[in-house]
Amino acid sequence: MTEPAPQVTGSHVATTPDKKVDEARRARTARRYAAERRFEYMGLAAVMSAGAFLVILLWTIVGNAIPALTYNYVSLPINLEVDDLTQTNAIEYDFRKIVRAGLTEAVPNVSGRRETRKLRRIISSGAAIELRSEVASDPSLIGKKSDIWLPLSDTADLYLKNLMGDITRPESQRKISDSEIGWIDDLKGQGKIETRFNSIFFTHGASREPEMAGIWGAVVGSFLTLLVTLVLSVPIGVAAAIYLEEFAPKNRITDIIEININNLAAVPSIVFGLLGLSFFLAGVNLGWFTIGGFFPRSAAITGGTVLALMTLPTVIIASRASIKSVPPSIREAALGIGASKVQATFHHVLPLAMPGILTGTIIGMAGALGETAPLLLIGMVAFIVDIPGGLTEPATVLPVQIYMWADFPETAFRQKTAAAIMILLAFLICMNAFAVWLRNKFERRW
Amino acid sequence: MTGMLKTHKALALAGAFALTTLVSGVAHARDQIQIVGSSTVFPFSTAVAEQFGQNTKFGTPVVESTGSGGGMKLFCAGIGEKTPDIANASRRIKEGEFKACRENGVTPVEVKVGFDGIVLGSVKGGIELALTPEQIFLALAKEIPVDGKLVANPNMKWSDVDPSLPDTKIEVLGPPPTSGTRDAFAELALEGGAKKIEMLAAMRKQDKKAFAKVAHAVREDGVYIEAGENDNLIVQKLEANKNAVGIFGFSFLDQNSDKIAGATINGNEPTFEKIAAGDYPISRSLYFYVKKEHVGVIPGVEEFVAEFTNENTWGDDGYLADKGLIPLPEADRKSVAESAQSLTPLSM
Repeated sequence: MTEPAPQVTGSHVATTPDKKVDEARRARTARRYAAERRFEYMGLAAVMSAGAFLVILLWTIVGNAIPALTYNYVSLPINLEVDDLTQTNAIEYDFRKIVRAGLTEAVPNVSGRRETRKLRRIISSGAAIELRSEVASDPSLIGKKSDIWLPLSDTADLYLKNLMGDITRPESQRKISDSEIGWIDDLKGQGKIETRFNSIFFTHGASREPEMAGIWGAVVGSFLTLLVTLVLSVPIGVAAAIYLEEFAPKNRITDIIEININNLAAVPSIVFGLLGLSFFLAGVNLGWFTIGGFFPRSAAITGGTVLALMTLPTVIIASRASIKSVPPSIREAALGIGASKVQATFHHVLPLAMPGILTGTIIGMAGALGETAPLLLIGMVAFIVDIPGGLTEPATVLPVQIYMWADFPETAFRQKTAAAIMILLAFLICMNAFAVWLRNKFERRW
Repeated sequence: MTGMLKTHKALALAGAFALTTLVSGVAHARDQIQIVGSSTVFPFSTAVAEQFGQNTKFGTPVVESTGSGGGMKLFCAGIGEKTPDIANASRRIKEGEFKACRENGVTPVEVKVGFDGIVLGSVKGGIELALTPEQIFLALAKEIPVDGKLVANPNMKWSDVDPSLPDTKIEVLGPPPTSGTRDAFAELALEGGAKKIEMLAAMRKQDKKAFAKVAHAVREDGVYIEAGENDNLIVQKLEANKNAVGIFGFSFLDQNSDKIAGATINGNEPTFEKIAAGDYPISRSLYFYVKKEHVGVIPGVEEFVAEFTNENTWGDDGYLADKGLIPLPEADRKSVAESAQSLTPLSM
């Protein structure tokens, strides 16, 4: 007689053949746990490497950008006691001579053509323009002699910020000569050089001189462009989504429209640029009349319209998903107490879908903010100095400005590029944070 | 009810705004010059544009970097304020482009502005090269003649090309085929070198097309690395790799002369003086073309030409020289300025 096997709760009897089964089961469990741990580690590694890349990216950008936030100015004795300068012609007066005279007074005993040229190199070529705007804003300076702070040149500034590389190398192997270093150190010793907040960077438009280049033109351009994009894509996108979701019959035509919208969302952005070029700028000739061709090249309105076309599918898809997620009981309740379909949609469904719609819109806008490819074709990748004053004036946008600065040969543009990237990132973070805030504030769960 | 009204009102307002912005875009006369074209002329053109905007009553010209060919296409498309007024080019206008221009009623006025050298640079303290165009061809061409036959380029080290060169791997970072710098490099350096090789010189006499094909083909086996259109990026990559050689415009060497040294070609260093004198062989002329029909229509075109051809701008001590432009000889400057300012149409 065999003994009854000891019972183990919830499992089989541990007889000899069953031992094997038990072992196999244990091995399986161990494998499953191992797989789970492996997956966990892989996930962790993925997060950590993404984090590491982000830290490296931000580290290099911020590290490069910080020097661009300050600039070195020199105080020069400026003599505005000149006969041909009056309050009326100050706005177009050529101040170059006056700045040069001030420089010669501040650094006396420089002789010879070569040395004089070197001396002029320590002051920015935009100093005369800066002086002009200073005089324009304070006409009482005219007819007096006063010490005025003017920007140094980019090489002098890089030297003072220790970004020149090794300056103990022989003179021929560096961008700054011994005499320039001597004058700058001298002026610094006299307290005539001061590091100030780089307000030029935040108030000026583009320039070929790194010290005169600012981001403001691109910020205004980006703002105007996005304004056009927003104004065009939100009403059209939301209206399309409402119609397709709430009113359109479900048939083959709406199916085709839906497929097309989904496809358009995946079309590379450069294609929209080509569309903008051929339709908005050139116009399509139909024989007896031309469609389109009504926009000026390089203008914010053109860029905004092209970007609106690009973001429309995103807005429509996000809005539709958001409208769809409103429970049908809300509509039925509204219809049940006698509301019309339009009333049910606009009074009840749309307000509840709004957070989702807004989030989708802002994400789409953030995408449009970072876009350069379509703008290349409609002439917004351009060197534009004047700050755009309207939608039809030539404008450029932040990512384009970054791209162009990265391409200029002057080394001082490297810091400007990094600083411009920081501004673009700040914009994006603000927009995304706003989207998150909206979602949290208005989100509803059923 | 109010909710609906509000939403409707907002939508209607937005729509009305969109419409007005659309309409206001329709009628608008251009009050600044539009310049398109070569990315090599871009740094100089923009510098002049900025000075012009600061020192005259006219708006600052808008300068686009579209490449020489793309710029010419836009420029020659016709007249009227929708088309650009000036096209920059890092080569002369082609016959076909000139024809297209004339057919569309455009009369181009040619202005030669100066020279640009193409440099083979490496980081200071890194590899030092003294090359001839022939050696450049043998190092970088896709196919080279070996024992009377064209074979895939077998040279992997500089010393394989010529025993006098260093015993290091050939690593060249250069612009992609879309770049004008690359075109000019192929034409001036590679073709110039190919002509010196007997077999290819014979081939050139018989079949020009086949010769050009061989002379302009750059190797694709990883020795020549396409590093993008951004010359700054090439310079930065050189700093990281002592043995790499980069191909870029002279202005980038000029601005980075503290870190980068240029290889000598036929014993000539790429310096301002040697390029201006024509001793340094890899250099090309830069141009811009003015649309004569737009003079007097778009404000400031004539004045812009005058600003560009001013001694303070393009002269030996002008501000463009500080930006790396190599000026024309003085006599040429005089004659070019004269014909430009009198708007003498180009004839071909």
